[in-house]
Amino acid sequence: MADVQLHSVSKSFGSTKAVQSLSLDIADGEFLVLLGPTGAGKTTLLRLVAGLEKPDTGSIALGGIDATHLPPAARDVTFVFQQYSLYPHLTVFENLAFPLRSPVRALDETTIRNRVNDVARLLKIEDKLGNAATRLSGGQMQRVAIGRALVRSPACYLMDEPLSSLDAKLRGELRVELKRIQAELGSTILYVTHDQIEAMTLSTRIGVMDEGHLVQVGTPREIYTDPINMYVASRLGMPAINFVPVSTFPALAAPASATIMGLRTEHLSIKKGRGGEGEGAGTVRWIEHLGDQNHVHITLDGQDIVTLSDPDSDVQQGDSVTITPTHPLYFDKHGLRVRN
Amino acid sequence: MAEIAITNLKKNFGEFVAVRDSTFTVKDGEFFCLLGPSGCGKTTTLRMIAGLELPTEGEIRLGGNDVTFKRASERDIAFVFQLFALYPHMNVSANIGFPLKCDGLPSAEIKRRVEETATILRITSLLDKPVSGLSGGDRQRVALGRAIVRQPMAFLMDEPLGALDSEFRHVMCGELRALHNRLKATTVYVTHDQLEAMSMADVIAVMNNGVVEQLASPREIYDRPATMFVADFIGSPSMNFVDARAGLAIGSTSLRIGDEDITIPAMRESISENDLALGVRPEQVTLKAEGGLRGEVFGVEYLGTTQIVTVTTSHGIVKARIGADQHAALGETVGLSFRPDKISIFDKASGRALKSVLHEGAAHG
Repeated sequence: MADVQLHSVSKSFGSTKAVQSLSLDIADGEFLVLLGPTGAGKTTLLRLVAGLEKPDTGSIALGGIDATHLPPAARDVTFVFQQYSLYPHLTVFENLAFPLRSPVRALDETTIRNRVNDVARLLKIEDKLGNAATRLSGGQMQRVAIGRALVRSPACYLMDEPLSSLDAKLRGELRVELKRIQAELGSTILYVTHDQIEAMTLSTRIGVMDEGHLVQVGTPREIYTDPINMYVASRLGMPAINFVPVSTFPALAAPASATIMGLRTEHLSIKKGRGGEGEGAGTVRWIEHLGDQNHVHITLDGQDIVTLSDPDSDVQQGDSVTITPTHPLYFDKHGLRVRN
Repeated sequence: MAEIAITNLKKNFGEFVAVRDSTFTVKDGEFFCLLGPSGCGKTTTLRMIAGLELPTEGEIRLGGNDVTFKRASERDIAFVFQLFALYPHMNVSANIGFPLKCDGLPSAEIKRRVEETATILRITSLLDKPVSGLSGGDRQRVALGRAIVRQPMAFLMDEPLGALDSEFRHVMCGELRALHNRLKATTVYVTHDQLEAMSMADVIAVMNNGVVEQLASPREIYDRPATMFVADFIGSPSMNFVDARAGLAIGSTSLRIGDEDITIPAMRESISENDLALGVRPEQVTLKAEGGLRGEVFGVEYLGTTQIVTVTTSHGIVKARIGADQHAALGETVGLSFRPDKISIFDKASGRALKSVLHEGAAHG
């Protein structure tokens, strides 16, 4: 295991600037998740670290050694792709052993067997080792694909949305397992996803990406509670944060440069009935029952806001409500955070 | 627009039974979801309604007419697929208007209907653009437009949002439901994503192994799951099952698990000593320092507003969804308590929910 350092890395494809002057230090044993929508540059960054792309400018160091110009094979990293590509003609055991059989490693059979068995136990597929790789469920195949990365002990694991092709239930299970395995092995992982729940639950730190830029890096709690701009604030949270002009609540003392107020569920309280002058008077437009979460859609001063309902609340569609913000997040006219 | 009535529908592929005796009615103007894991028979059911598969047995009525063995083209329905197959050489307007052109409508009429459809979908500004440059969401809107423009009796949709980012999918769900509220078109929607089903459907049919396990409103299915399969499939994280070995009499209001008597909704049926499962949703579980069902904190997942705390007990793993401001530390011993009125009791052998004050409402409503 080792640290990974990116220094002012840029990469363009024609006129598209995929990654722009990006610097990032990933500590040894850290689980760093890059979060962003499609096209933010996450996968390109991962491919740059793997050596599958060459940066236009900047440098990449693995374990303190400059790897910028090394070919992929000379970099001590493994890559797990979104689509599990197993060797269909090999058993699970042979699929897992494959990276160890490379002639450059020259490992003896006992070592290989031990490593494969260790990883299989970790991933709870030890009873499947004799199976043909094609005779597995989707979740098992993806575990084998992850296992094939784990049998080696590289400087860094690179994972590109490894769970996104799985159904919700399996994704939840593998999420917990991956986090447990990472903690047990103390691995350095650079992980790419557009799923905020994966980012929140897996990472030591999250890096939020937008159009090739790394906008903010921090622990899930920092990113969630202390975003530097509106873009970062809107990346995390279910339901998404609501943005309203500060003029919606004239009674509230907002910082001078603030024009926008960001309200999450925990930033507002809802009371039935109409409040006084200057308080947020809203109407419940719709209550969306999602089971574990009920989203209340409220029309407030001509804008729609969405919040989680209190499970014991008796607020109903059509009700008049009064909304009181508590410690909201403020943003200026450029979308940058204003701290008060 | 019309009602779709399915009676005793069956479909075998050789030895394999894909759909086993399904009976349900999709009311006029209803948004109906077929929900289940892959291989449960939901897509086969949809394809039989569309006329893309012929049933082995049973009957399908569309707007009162028997269409069981009619060709797909003779049924007045529109199908939206997961992979939006747009004509790459045509612009948005020509793609949407294509079904009408095939029907030989005059071009003025086509133009009028395409514009009307574009207004409904709010994509008027895209009409002259080539489809190749569009984002995933816009492509899916165009695919929907091609279905809407025909003004069919019913829409059938097979995981139309499956190819989109998870975040964007929720936005499209809101959009699809709003569209449904405007058009009031009978819609049958197939998905394996419970969140899509919960957020859009009037009625959900949860399918498993070719059988409809429960047919009810999203709320009903969530609060009163008829079987352990349904309870487990819906919810994220899914319902907790706490193991118990006990018998219950009519009127019982408590279940003994380990050294704890847990308050449950009053039973409306009795069961002799048996393996039972107490089902409770993660958000109905609270942690306390003293008392309750004891266990050790095994995992804490921070989600912003809330956190998921995984607790191992000697009766199974229990996940609790609690506020992110509450304390929970790894390795700590905690007590669990469950909100009594929301507990379901299942017979583990059959997986069936036992009748109780909570579940009797389900039978009548």
